[in-house]
Amino acid sequence: MRVVEKSQLMSATEIDRTLQRLAHEIVEKSGGTKNLALIGIRRRGVPLAQRIAKAMRGIDGVDVPVGTLDITLYRDDLSKVAAHPVLQSSEISFPVDDKDLILVDDVLYTGRTVRAAMNGLFDLGRPARIRLCVLIDRGHRELPIEASFVGRSVQTSDTEIIECRLSEVDHEERVMLVERVS
Amino acid sequence: MPHRFHHMLGIEPLSAEQITFLLDESKPFQEIQRHALKKLATLRGKTVALAFFEPSTRTRISFATAASRLGADTMNLQAESSSLKKGESLLDTVRTLDAMKPDCIVMRHSASGAAAFVAERLEIPVINAGDGTHEHPTQGLLDALTIRDRKGTLDGWNVTILGDILHSRVARSNLHLLGKFGCRFTLCGPAMWLPRELESLAPAGSSIRRVASIEEALESADVIIVLRVQQERMHEPALPLGEYVLLYQLTPERLRLARPETLVLHPGPMIRGLEIDPAVADGPQSCVLEQVTNGLAVRMALLFELLGAQATEPAAEPPTVHKDVADAAH
Repeated sequence: MRVVEKSQLMSATEIDRTLQRLAHEIVEKSGGTKNLALIGIRRRGVPLAQRIAKAMRGIDGVDVPVGTLDITLYRDDLSKVAAHPVLQSSEISFPVDDKDLILVDDVLYTGRTVRAAMNGLFDLGRPARIRLCVLIDRGHRELPIEASFVGRSVQTSDTEIIECRLSEVDHEERVMLVERVS
Repeated sequence: MPHRFHHMLGIEPLSAEQITFLLDESKPFQEIQRHALKKLATLRGKTVALAFFEPSTRTRISFATAASRLGADTMNLQAESSSLKKGESLLDTVRTLDAMKPDCIVMRHSASGAAAFVAERLEIPVINAGDGTHEHPTQGLLDALTIRDRKGTLDGWNVTILGDILHSRVARSNLHLLGKFGCRFTLCGPAMWLPRELESLAPAGSSIRRVASIEEALESADVIIVLRVQQERMHEPALPLGEYVLLYQLTPERLRLARPETLVLHPGPMIRGLEIDPAVADGPQSCVLEQVTNGLAVRMALLFELLGAQATEPAAEPPTVHKDVADAAH
């Protein structure tokens, strides 16, 4: 699939500022961080969750555990032909029961990834609450799912793709709007 | 680099990379066995046909559980079933199952090559759950996963296999698999069960030797694989069970000839007091229960590979910036 870059949505500095702001928002709106935990959705939700947790430590020394969730087994589109999935383990080292969870991902689009992630979490136990934090909300929801914490909302069309590049995964740091070309 | 498998007929044709890939893919499925809720919907709507022409309990239950935990349904053909007694051929039986549109067949049969025979004639994937004395690939994989988890790597171990190797498809799969990782093998048991031809199974970088005394076989062993004594075979030629126990039983004293870190594996079912002393079977070096749990994970990974896995995020090429578009954006 060939893509063409149309514009840069966020630079490295902007990403960092946004994550700092999201960390503050989450602490502000959580009424106590005792049961709070962040769950990063593989792949790019993971470094985002880790960075948010680190930013939280800078705010009153709040120390929030971070887990990682691989949703491959919970996807609803495994029969579509594309690249071979790389199945990885989830790593959530704390019990999920009664926890106040924040799911973290880079882009919220149709909502199917988040639906899959919730299925995965419910396999582990019964969280007290699940809220969603995303860097970019690009609209076009196909399920009734909403993010409580949003870095940036961006209007997009169906042929456009939001590409998040994070240094931990992609060795560069920016968010781009790209377009599919035939 | 995608590894695509259509069938799983044996370990011999696989590369070390493919094996490593399958073992890595088994890890999330090991983890799922620890969840409160062990049911996934990944293979929902798929059907796995279990065609066991030879009796089996543990392997059949393991495959059935693997399928069902992935959300798939099963079709269950068992050896005692009447159509086989009525003289129906293997091909007809399998075609009958196939006409009910399963998504894959897991097969065990007493004839070596049976799984390949069926695979050549059906479109759907075939998983060999044991064919004659040829191979039992998922046993090889689960043994490898067990060894890798306990020891960190599969490379270059001294592996001793004890017992009736002549008739063991498990031993052959183990030899093929661990041989690809440079392990060195010592085979030990009654001479009639250690044919010389086995020595030629070693791929480059590995070696196989046959040894008469168990003491010699256990010295410097890193992994000991104990095979079940198939009592059905004890008359060809005659070997009294008492003599087998005396010469070849893995006792705690004999195990001490190896190392404290030496692993003891057994494909099961074990006959306590025959090929293995109960104290060894229950001791800290014994991996038998882990083998069973790992068997479930390996079979789930294999079913996921063959039936589930065709899609994830599309592999995007890095975006090509067209000069005029980039200029216009500024």
